[in-house]
Amino acid sequence: MDKTWNNKAWFLVLPVLVLVAFSAVIPLMTVVNYSVQDTFGNNVFFWAGTEWFEELLHSDRFWEAMVRNLIFSFIILAIQVPLGIFIALNMPKKGWGVPVCLVLMALPLLVPWNVVGTIWQVFGRNDIGLLGYYVNALGIDYNYVQDPIDAWVTVIIMDVWHWTSLVVLLCYAGLVSIPDAFYQAAKIDGASRWAVFRYIQLPKMQRVLLIAVLLRFMDSFMIYTEPFVVTGGGPGNSTTFLSIDLVKTALGQFDLGPAAAMSLIYFLIILLLSWVFYTVMTNYDAER
Amino acid sequence: MLELRNVTKTVGAQEHIRDVSLTLQHGSLNVLLGPTLSGKTSLMRLMAGLDAPTSGSVWFDGKDVTGQKVQKRNVAMVYQQFINYPAMTVYENIASPLRVAGVDQARIDKEVRNAAALLKLTPYLDRTPLSLSGGQQQRTALARAIVKNASLVLLDEPLANLDYKLREELRAELPKIFAASGTIFVYATTEPHEALLLGGNTATLSEGRVTQFGPTVEVFRKPVDLMTARTFADPPLNTIVLSKKGSDFLLEGGVKLPVPPELTGSPDASYTIGFQPHHLSLERPNASAVPVRAKVTITEITGSESFVHLDFADARWVMLAHGILDFETDDEVEVYIDPRHIMVFDQNGRAVTASKLAA
Amino acid sequence: MARIEVNHIRHSYLPNPQKDQDFALKEVHYTFEDGGAYALLGPSGCGKTTLLNIISGLLHPSHGKLLFNGRDVTNLSTQERNIAQVFQFPVIYDTMTVYDNLAFPLRNRRVPEADVDRKVRETLDMIDLASMANRKARRLTADQKQKISLGRGLVRSDVNAILFDEPLTVIDPHMKWVLRSQLKQLHRRFGYTMVYVTHDQTEALTFADQVVVMYDGGIVQIGTPAELFERPSHTFVGYFIGSPGMNVLPVSLEGRTAKLGAQRIELPGVPKAGAGAVELGIRPEYVRLGREGMAVQVSKVEDVGRHKVVRANLEGKEIAAVIGEDDEVPADPKVSFDPAGINIYADSWRVEMGA
Repeated sequence: MDKTWNNKAWFLVLPVLVLVAFSAVIPLMTVVNYSVQDTFGNNVFFWAGTEWFEELLHSDRFWEAMVRNLIFSFIILAIQVPLGIFIALNMPKKGWGVPVCLVLMALPLLVPWNVVGTIWQVFGRNDIGLLGYYVNALGIDYNYVQDPIDAWVTVIIMDVWHWTSLVVLLCYAGLVSIPDAFYQAAKIDGASRWAVFRYIQLPKMQRVLLIAVLLRFMDSFMIYTEPFVVTGGGPGNSTTFLSIDLVKTALGQFDLGPAAAMSLIYFLIILLLSWVFYTVMTNYDAER
Repeated sequence: MLELRNVTKTVGAQEHIRDVSLTLQHGSLNVLLGPTLSGKTSLMRLMAGLDAPTSGSVWFDGKDVTGQKVQKRNVAMVYQQFINYPAMTVYENIASPLRVAGVDQARIDKEVRNAAALLKLTPYLDRTPLSLSGGQQQRTALARAIVKNASLVLLDEPLANLDYKLREELRAELPKIFAASGTIFVYATTEPHEALLLGGNTATLSEGRVTQFGPTVEVFRKPVDLMTARTFADPPLNTIVLSKKGSDFLLEGGVKLPVPPELTGSPDASYTIGFQPHHLSLERPNASAVPVRAKVTITEITGSESFVHLDFADARWVMLAHGILDFETDDEVEVYIDPRHIMVFDQNGRAVTASKLAA
Repeated sequence: MARIEVNHIRHSYLPNPQKDQDFALKEVHYTFEDGGAYALLGPSGCGKTTLLNIISGLLHPSHGKLLFNGRDVTNLSTQERNIAQVFQFPVIYDTMTVYDNLAFPLRNRRVPEADVDRKVRETLDMIDLASMANRKARRLTADQKQKISLGRGLVRSDVNAILFDEPLTVIDPHMKWVLRSQLKQLHRRFGYTMVYVTHDQTEALTFADQVVVMYDGGIVQIGTPAELFERPSHTFVGYFIGSPGMNVLPVSLEGRTAKLGAQRIELPGVPKAGAGAVELGIRPEYVRLGREGMAVQVSKVEDVGRHKVVRANLEGKEIAAVIGEDDEVPADPKVSFDPAGINIYADSWRVEMGA
């Protein structure tokens, strides 16, 4: 193949390379740099080697936050994926109901993270919050500021409210692409509602579901804004997830080294899990 | 003149196009004939510049255009699906390539009306495509391709989604439309019948290779190999493997099928004999025809003709006969093979012809 | 297997149909006999798929009744009607093996596993897929997938009818021949009641014993392939069946003679035509091209391999003739009509000819 053509192609991707370098590679390198050094301010740095990593991997605080994060992501997926599928299955397939449902579903997705947090922070307060006040009026003791369980429930409900729509919309897109003939054939074959779901709808949704699970996992694993606004990581440390812990370490205590080491480990975990998902997805595609 | 020189296209481990060389002249209609996945669409994408070949080159009017983008090549394409702008009227749909090219209004109007008249769309110019029938939608797409005045127009099974009768009508009109311009037309189809009706040249495709390219009727009547003959036969080509001895092919039960006189010089060996279904008949067509006994598996009647499916030894044949024949399954019938109409292929599947024997 | 009675059925997709045009299916009253092979033939939008879906129960007709073996099934669901249907695009259950695809309708009906196995293996043999029983169904070719769709119907011993909705659309020409003859063999061997919807005349004629030609929501003619070919009862049937279709020429009548411009054509009898537009229909297969008869100007000769189609102009009208593969067009071409192939139409409907 002729060479000029190839060189031209490089020029075309150059802007993207520069952009990626400034937005990702350089900050990441800075973090790597911080993670192996110690500082006492005044821009004086000392070589620290793997000290921060070792410290972190032996720190209970880190592991607790990690476990909290994993449990949180697990609960989120366990609720949002089945709920999303359920809602998608029950949405109208044609008529005026379609745009109405789609807009209703899309609304929560349009609200910025910190606004969602603020909404729920007020909503759940037991003095003036619509939810908090009436739940307490019903005789249920609910206080997300003091009770860790209540705090978790609040954060989870908030995330479900905010993000289930994404799963719904993705599944819905998968569902409407199934030709009518499949449902007709299933009727003729005498398939039950469950069999239709298991053998037609689920296989056709498989691909979008994988994407939904990947997105929801990554997002929930990196959750920061909403719990930060609502609970600030409390009560105690009960809703202190990795990201909140990270910010506390880096900005609150200004421990740049440990924070950088933590960022890297965090980054690697997400990278690893995304890679696993990606491999599963491409293998699935290749098999088709 | 569009030239493909030793073009190969591999995607992953799969060879979609294998070493294809073709030369297409201006003002010619070229049919790409082959079954699904034989490489018709891949070849068209290479011609259009939508894909670049893995190796080999594409030349247009003596210029190497390999790797040149489709936008620069003045190519029009019509697909199996009816692709139009749904929000625009038929008029605007046809005018769209001219508007992009910045042609002045007076000329646009003239060209749109000409194309509409040619494709019988004049009454529908103010309608939107979706309010039209499938046939009219595809006519709109064709009109758009024609006004573009492209130097290369690619049609990828454009009639496949139309009703049988509509296909027949458009198919009869297309050659006239093509003849009116100096453009290179390339037309992909899976149907041998369609290739014959369109005329022009035909390239038969099989597994990414062009097996033969030439005037359509010539490819049909004188295929260079068994693959081409099979690709270009509907109903399927009847074949049987026979051994040649002297001036005869030996059939089961001591029956001898005379070798066509110009081929008697070929070596004695095993050959594949092929013949079209209408060259198998119930009555003796001439003195040299040879009778064989075959077993009926099923008869299909079209109203004026009958397709009789036959088993002869291991071979499965179809006989096309005039009139209505109502054989029962498992009936034994005597049918005649006409040696004047047989094609002979050697063990490598290549046609044995007089000119090859002389060489 | 069942006899299917379509009893004065009409259907409209509109909630309140008023006019005749509101009906996608105008009144159809016909009986499909037990064990018959039928084709519903017509262009798109003629109502053929609507009728098929009414038989299978995917649609509920606006008016009329549907009876299987005399029993009213109009209000029964698709499952209860015990119908098999093969669609235009192969419907297979992607995640299952070929075997499980065939077992699916039986397992849904809680058939004991031993019977399932026996029936599935029988069916696999019938459709020639026994060697692929354990393959994943999604890896198969289009024609194999279509066979699975068919197999899921055949596997149930109690089906009342097998319905086909343009099943060969996505199949390559060569495979069409194979599948078509296999379908026909299955019909011969097992005597299923089969109804086959298509716009392709070759498929309809070769498959069916009786072809129902539909146009604009109604039935135009029902007959054997030979009847439709030789005696089309409407010019539409003449046009739609045969390729090229029947030549239809406007004529005026004078006893046993039809006048076309300056030409006089001898008819086999005296047509019983009243007032109105009279046309003469003759199929290209019955037009003889030679040195005798009416002078024509040949405009084009299409070589379609097994024969040639000659397009010519007769008294200002386009006419097509079919000649043999090795025949040549004579220098001063003339045509004559085989009297056996002449039909006379008044207002597009065929009229009988008396002696």
